[in-house]
Amino acid sequence: MLLKRKALLLITNEELRYVECFHIHSFTHSHIHKTTPIMKPRIEQLRKESLQAINSISHERAQLITEFYQSGEAEKVSVPVQRALAFRYLFANKKIYIGEEELIVGERGPAPKACPTYPEICIHSLDDLQILNDRPKVSFKVSPETFDIYEKKIIPFWSGKTNRDRLMNNMTEEWKNAYAAGIFTEFQEQRAPGHTVLGKKMFRKGFLEIKLEIAAALSKLDYYQDAEAYEKQEELKAMNIVCDAIILFAERHAKALEQLAAEEQGEKRKSELLEMARVCRKVPAQAPESIHEALQHYWFIHLGVISELNPWDSFNPGRLDQHLQPFYEKEVLEGKLSEEDMYELLHAFWIKFNNHPAPPKMGVTAKESNTYTDFCLINMGGVKEDGSNAVNDMSYHLLNVIEEMRLLQPSSMVQLSKKNPDRFIKRALHIVKTGFGQPSVFNTDAIIQELLRQGKSIIDARNGGCSGCVETGAFGTENYSLSGYFNLAKILEITLNNGYDEYSQKLVGLQTGQLEDFTSYEQLFSAWQKQVNYFANVKIRGNNIIEKLYANYLPVPFLSVLVDDCISKAKDYNAGGARYNTSYVQGVGLGSLTDMLTSIKYNVFDQQKISLAELKHAMNQDFEGFNELRAQLIYHTPKFGNDDDYADEQAIAIFETFYEAVNGRPTAKGGVFRINMLPTTCHVYFGNVMGASADGRLAEKPLSEGISPFQGADTNGPTAVINSVSKIDHLRTGGTLLNQKFSPEFMSTDEGIEKVKDLVRSYFRMDGHHIQFNVVSAETLRDAQKHPEDYKDLIVRVAGYSDYFNDLGEDLQNEIIERNEHCGACCNV
Amino acid sequence: MNGIVFDIKRYAIHDGPGIRTTIFLKGCPLRCHWCHNPESFSQQIQSFDLSYSLGDQKLISKKEVGRSYSVLELLKEIQRDQVFHEESKGGVTFSGGEPLLQVDFLEQVLTLCKSREIHTVVDTSGYASLDDLKRIIPHTDLFLFDLKQMNDAKHQEYTGVSNQMILDNLDYLQKERAKVRIRIPIIPDYNDSKENIEAIIAFLSQYQWKLEINLLPYHRMGKEKYDRFDIAYKMKDIDSAKKDDYQWIVNAFEAEGFIINYE
Repeated sequence: MLLKRKALLLITNEELRYVECFHIHSFTHSHIHKTTPIMKPRIEQLRKESLQAINSISHERAQLITEFYQSGEAEKVSVPVQRALAFRYLFANKKIYIGEEELIVGERGPAPKACPTYPEICIHSLDDLQILNDRPKVSFKVSPETFDIYEKKIIPFWSGKTNRDRLMNNMTEEWKNAYAAGIFTEFQEQRAPGHTVLGKKMFRKGFLEIKLEIAAALSKLDYYQDAEAYEKQEELKAMNIVCDAIILFAERHAKALEQLAAEEQGEKRKSELLEMARVCRKVPAQAPESIHEALQHYWFIHLGVISELNPWDSFNPGRLDQHLQPFYEKEVLEGKLSEEDMYELLHAFWIKFNNHPAPPKMGVTAKESNTYTDFCLINMGGVKEDGSNAVNDMSYHLLNVIEEMRLLQPSSMVQLSKKNPDRFIKRALHIVKTGFGQPSVFNTDAIIQELLRQGKSIIDARNGGCSGCVETGAFGTENYSLSGYFNLAKILEITLNNGYDEYSQKLVGLQTGQLEDFTSYEQLFSAWQKQVNYFANVKIRGNNIIEKLYANYLPVPFLSVLVDDCISKAKDYNAGGARYNTSYVQGVGLGSLTDMLTSIKYNVFDQQKISLAELKHAMNQDFEGFNELRAQLIYHTPKFGNDDDYADEQAIAIFETFYEAVNGRPTAKGGVFRINMLPTTCHVYFGNVMGASADGRLAEKPLSEGISPFQGADTNGPTAVINSVSKIDHLRTGGTLLNQKFSPEFMSTDEGIEKVKDLVRSYFRMDGHHIQFNVVSAETLRDAQKHPEDYKDLIVRVAGYSDYFNDLGEDLQNEIIERNEHCGACCNV
Repeated sequence: MNGIVFDIKRYAIHDGPGIRTTIFLKGCPLRCHWCHNPESFSQQIQSFDLSYSLGDQKLISKKEVGRSYSVLELLKEIQRDQVFHEESKGGVTFSGGEPLLQVDFLEQVLTLCKSREIHTVVDTSGYASLDDLKRIIPHTDLFLFDLKQMNDAKHQEYTGVSNQMILDNLDYLQKERAKVRIRIPIIPDYNDSKENIEAIIAFLSQYQWKLEINLLPYHRMGKEKYDRFDIAYKMKDIDSAKKDDYQWIVNAFEAEGFIINYE
């Protein structure tokens, strides 16, 4: 539903903006009791500045990178060294920004929310820049100077030479047709693979130590026996250069801070600036020894990764409570740092993430995923590498920070293992109930089994977690890239059109038969399966080329030094240097497609209420003049998400087909293709390229998200939803996404929280991977009054009992809306 | 053997401990003016014209209220949420209507549930013969027992039946030491007088132990549901119970040492 997907996010009274994001659904401006120290005035100021900063396009990076490539230096060296030198040139010359009253320093652009571009990946045209500047949502201001530099320097130099150009030149007609039809998307088209998370290594090491490791690896190269010795040598040389570059970048900050200190009149700030300078002289060159050093250390690393290229999901400190706990024990528990000062540092750290919007896309693909969020998902809880409960003091402190900061970025999640205490999940749910969509809840025990099934060691699995939306990975040791969304539902549309696509007006699929050829449901399903296999082949062939393009033309020596075992293998992250390499294809539209197939099975073949041709005819008319039929499809046909085996059987069959088509196939960098089931916002785009469907969905309307039932299709409550979605095998995926809608009243009491906790524990006992709660707002309820067909699943608390919102009389609905509007009060208890 | 069920609510979280599956059995000997479920009055399967919207269009379809379930069918439905029941220490609740009106069916389902170690709750008006009540006591882990009005004339006026059998049954359950939680709906002007609350407290104080009390404040509802079944709606002028107005009731019970729950 519109409100759910494009939720009105009221961040502060001053700022009102639309956010389209998979995990921010609604926001009621209410706070539960404060358990954290109220943020200090300076933090409030920094937070306000971050919220109010206007997102803009900075040409700084594009200009510096172009200068470097024009200098002639690039041609003298190998590709990895070229990339390392470009990285060094950028960090040696970019503007140093230090905000007033800042504690953690460093910006990717010249100022907060000034977003760089990556012309070596793809290039924004002047029209693209104009669109970014003008569009009402997720806009980026572009200055006349930027337009000018783009027109005169950037575009002329990079035109035709970007990785996207290379990529498109290498794709087959079949690939291009399927891509244009919206059968799948290509993640690496405009952003680099990344999709990974820092392990604990870098919280224990500085780059000087890394340089020693690189030197050791260089000294071990065997030029007599190893045919790849040269490639390895060049990669290691590149790694060494980027280590120096990041240290140089930190030192430039130290120098700037010292200068500011010299000019500073206030004694307190002066000593603070000197302390910050000391920290920047120490990290990231050396290992951090305090919370301040650890946060600043990570932040330089973060900037390194997101400046080297524009990797997906930005970058991520991962299990932050685990990483910080030793520093906390040494500093705070021993009285060297007050808890208040620790919170100030953590708050300042949080704000840095919010200053960094996701780099905007170019061209039409902006539709696919359009958000400022750059998917940094901080993990808390779970288990330690010895398998024991990992919830610690920092887990709770970080939850306090999340509750206090209420920022779009970074996003956060809790890992819940059967070994974690109830107190932990209940604390998280107290934040969830305030309706801002964080943290989401993940099943550690399922994550570990998923990773083990993929062949990770038990230690690496336990050190893992989830990032991005819901993607499982071994933190610090794995390259687990998403390759693109796969429109399972549209493939049925293509099947019903015998391979033809109405949207792009082309034959894009196989010709698997005319409507009248399908005399049984099984025949139709088997035709769909053939199409799925065909498109999976097209997609995978494309990806295997794209992976090679990144390996050959855009190595990432900086990201490589962070992820094991790139140094010891002397191999780039983009070439398969990580210990584990996984490429995911993300299935979209499970709920919708289940309902479409179920509808055909039920109405056409089993009940014979209508012929397939008649149904298709009504779909082609977008159900205009077929309201009675559409009502039958929506209200009187079995749907996924109701614990009804008649419908759920199709979900299992879809899942198995998709799994068989993708899972286990080799990738170009020596890894394995696997599946997961998540949509980000792609279910909107994928619905947009489709006509009306057999489930009664109108043309261009969004599909279902993740593994959630189609909007409003589930009418038996959350336990039925969970039973339905548990029928697919989560453990054979790399992540599934379940979104559950709740009225705030369900969580308004401790008893309510207790039962939601039991609900989560039950789902996880059934191997569910992830659940997030969308606490509905009064606005949502008002929308439900207008569009009841989209909210058949919405249960509200009436009095002593709950009822479906749709079933209530209008006067009672109004009263409940009024009550939810004042939820601030009920959440205040 | 079959029973008539008018609704099954999963993730019921206010009908006893934990997450529960609540089975609403159709048919009730009472006709409480404030009843939220007029569809529960008749024990017959009924149908009515349900109007619903699709975009801007209003559509009408026949909707059946009530479905016949065999004992095993119903048990299967209950067991669908077994994991949730276990995790939350919940179970099944039989409500209505008045579940004891279908006592043969109820007894069989309860017996089967108990044999599978499912926690059972019966939510009753208390209006049933003692013989019927006795049949289910051994298979019921907890009774949710309604007390509405102590003045028998008023009870008859508002519910259509005398409260004598109800009070006798509660007394019997107490003597048998069955586990009971008292539910008192707070209906403005109907039963929220000082006199009535004091009478309830006096009645419950005759036992040495203190019962747990759930207050269920009345919430206004539309007459749509009544119109569907052509039943006269008598609550037009009654407003929702307000917390400020019934807080004294909470205090009165607490002063006497009762454990009280309310919304």
